[in-house]
Amino acid sequence: MSTSTDTISQPDGSAHDDHHDDHHEHHIPKGITRWLFTTNHKDIGTLYLWFAFIMFLIGGAMAMVIRAELFQPGLQIVEPNFFNQMTTVHGLIMVFGAVMPAFTGLANWLVPMMIGAPDMALPRMNNWSFWILPFAFLILLSSLFMEGGGPAFGWTFYAPLSTTYSGDSTALFVFSVHIMGISSIMGAINVVVTILNMRAPGMTYMKMPLFVWTWLITAFLLIAVMPVLAGAVTMVLTDKFFGTSFFDAAGGGDPVLFQHIFWFFGHPEVYIMILPAFGIISAIVPTFSRKKLFGYASMVYATASIALLSFIVWAHHMFTTGMPVAAEMFFMFATMLISVPTGVKVFNWVATMWRGSLSFEVPMMFAIAFIVLFTIGGLSGLMLAITPADFQYHDTYFVVAHFHYVLVTGAVFSIMAAVYYWLPKWTGRMFDITLAKWHFWCSLVSVNVLFFPMHFVGLAGMPRRIPDYALQFADFNKWISVGGFAFGLSQLIFLVLLIKACRHQGEKVSDQVWDGAEGLEWEIPSPAPYHTFETPPVIK
Amino acid sequence: MKRISFLLGTLLSSTGFSVLAQTAAERSDLNMRPGVTDISNQVYGLHMLMFWICVVIAVLVFGVMFYSMIRHRKSKGAKPAHFHENVKVEIAWTVVPFLILIGMAWPAATTLIEMEDASKADITVLVTGSQWKWHYKYMDNDVEYFSVLATQQEQIKNRFVKGENYLLEVDRPLVIPTGKKVRFLITSDDVIHSWWVPDFAVKKDANPGFINEAWTNVNEPGVYRGQCAELCGKDHGFMPVVVIAKEPAEYEAWIIEQQAIAQRAKAEEQRLLAMNMSMEELMTQGQQVYNRVCLACHQGNGEGLPGVFPALKGSAMAIESDQITAHIDIVVNGKAGTSMQSFSKQLTMSEIAAVVTFERNAWGNNTGEMVQAKDVNAIMNGK
Repeated sequence: MSTSTDTISQPDGSAHDDHHDDHHEHHIPKGITRWLFTTNHKDIGTLYLWFAFIMFLIGGAMAMVIRAELFQPGLQIVEPNFFNQMTTVHGLIMVFGAVMPAFTGLANWLVPMMIGAPDMALPRMNNWSFWILPFAFLILLSSLFMEGGGPAFGWTFYAPLSTTYSGDSTALFVFSVHIMGISSIMGAINVVVTILNMRAPGMTYMKMPLFVWTWLITAFLLIAVMPVLAGAVTMVLTDKFFGTSFFDAAGGGDPVLFQHIFWFFGHPEVYIMILPAFGIISAIVPTFSRKKLFGYASMVYATASIALLSFIVWAHHMFTTGMPVAAEMFFMFATMLISVPTGVKVFNWVATMWRGSLSFEVPMMFAIAFIVLFTIGGLSGLMLAITPADFQYHDTYFVVAHFHYVLVTGAVFSIMAAVYYWLPKWTGRMFDITLAKWHFWCSLVSVNVLFFPMHFVGLAGMPRRIPDYALQFADFNKWISVGGFAFGLSQLIFLVLLIKACRHQGEKVSDQVWDGAEGLEWEIPSPAPYHTFETPPVIK
Repeated sequence: MKRISFLLGTLLSSTGFSVLAQTAAERSDLNMRPGVTDISNQVYGLHMLMFWICVVIAVLVFGVMFYSMIRHRKSKGAKPAHFHENVKVEIAWTVVPFLILIGMAWPAATTLIEMEDASKADITVLVTGSQWKWHYKYMDNDVEYFSVLATQQEQIKNRFVKGENYLLEVDRPLVIPTGKKVRFLITSDDVIHSWWVPDFAVKKDANPGFINEAWTNVNEPGVYRGQCAELCGKDHGFMPVVVIAKEPAEYEAWIIEQQAIAQRAKAEEQRLLAMNMSMEELMTQGQQVYNRVCLACHQGNGEGLPGVFPALKGSAMAIESDQITAHIDIVVNGKAGTSMQSFSKQLTMSEIAAVVTFERNAWGNNTGEMVQAKDVNAIMNGK
């Protein structure tokens, strides 16, 4: 069970008051060195979150270029080669630069506070795992300015397009992915070690908040698959520059082998980007329903099942590569199975709301939008699992619609929900609610104008990753682009709100912040002191 | 008030979706096409079955949620209940979806098995993708040709009005008979492509060094258009697939005619070997060939794309007279490990002679040197 009904006490008996007496309060370093040398989980969490948001804006700007070119048929703004660089780097930045670091930032801020630990278990490694990230993305972005441009083979970098037929910037791409991978693995190890070793007395596994549980499982997924990605990019590097033939049939290799390796990483990767979201929604929905999460244990088991299944479904990305029919059947059935634990999660959230006492503060609005829109993405995923139908959907905008519903209205909305939910705890002040509502409504409407018609053009036959298209797709593409620009602009509202929040504007909030909120992080003062739980709380 | 508008908005958006989805089922620019084969109709049926199951699930789940959002609100004085688990309910919503899945899996599996059985074909066509064109070879007849985008560059660059089949038209479509099982052997000469005709529900990757199988049996004569579906480099968006299905008798007549044309072309090529073309003829034909096959990479001004495709303008190979042989050789045989493909199958010897001459005399490459078909023949056939 979660900690919600358990009483929490500090050994010094000052759970609710300012227990950070002067002898506890360490000196907070000032200036740039505070951020460069910090080993504080809250500082590093903040760094990760800002980095992710900046990457979100850069990756979003690339999406704007894509949508501007696709606003009408014909080539008008960019050349096809640059268009391909935009789709490629947009994907890489959003996956590795925005969504993953944002979740790592949330883990840094929240996991120690939720389990009653003073910090992450490996604070110096924590600093290192963040500070190599900006260099990874500097390398990736700088490759765009090379002669011949940056990577143009899609974020999935299928060989031999990424080997024999790619530009020299491939080397930069490979090294930047290596650095991202090292950062992710270090971050994941830190999360695992923290959760396994640093829980406060009495914080048994089945009392951990679901965000902690989902991140623990996510971290194991990361440790399992990031080395596989590292292997894939290394083989691309040696195939391109050192004469190996892993993916070249002329030398005894196989280009489809690349896809097997990539998607053995890639499918768990998509759960890496959604499991922490499940944890966030499982924290927010009970708070604003003023009712305990329905089916806590089944949520844990469902998360673990999804993680295990994620290792045996990878080839559903490859149904058209010409696999044996038996393999196609296996991957179809295994993929369909994933909908069972995912369904359990959605049903549990709905059951949590059922006969609750609901209110609709901004985090709850994002959480409800998440449940509806993520479920739409999940249902189109179920359609994609059906192999014969997938032959028609594969590599069309239907797929683009599907994964943007699960990643944008899924993962990204959950991150926004999380920021709105915990931001008052971090800053000690309520964010600008009016701006937040503007942000929500503009995002909600525009994101659907952006992604929903993609289902239609995809079904009507528009392939993905093309800079120009046949005339029957023109009307919808215009709307999609309009939605895209609106969604992009809506994020500037969020930027303004965050800047205001960081400048300590807004009303002071109570320690509990939200009247239905329960858990260790709501027991400490708002804003959360620089050091928390130096003496572990005891959970009874 | 704000809460009401929130609820209304969310409700409206969800019902809006289902209305859109309903019209999607009726209009072909919104939905998958049923297509023109038995298989494609089965696939369409599966798609619609899945779609409606998903709609029902969504309506039920969201219905319960929205009911709760309206009725169980704090502002209406709702007091929270205390339940937080129910083993029976939890088992039910694990088992029931599982049963629904089995109901979906059965028809999907039977259709899949049928789709993957390419045996007992009446005719076989080898489909080879390369950057950025398709090559069709009829295995039972002596007919093979390339199929290239026919849309003018001026339409793509927005200088001319776009035609009805913009980007979905080729110079020589694939022709197949109706009512016969046609087997496609699909492969690639360079990167991975994917041969897709939505009306046949056939999409199969063209993997370099490997051969995939697919098949179709078209019920109605007509013109069916598709596109390459796997990112294959710069002009991935510009390599359409066009298939014409003809009645078997018409198809037979067509294939006999194509064989005759192929034989005449071979004879013509032999005749041209003995002849010398003038500079003017070579330049005129050379420019046409260049625009058709070389321009996509080396660009209209011969400057290529720096770092991606090398320039011809001012390049040593195109201006130094001791490199004529190397110049012809790279056009004939291509350059391994790069995007430069072999053009020996795509171009005749006189076309290669013309385009090499053109490249040696255009954009200020004023070598004044001419290349004749017999020079190309010497390199191609070692004479």
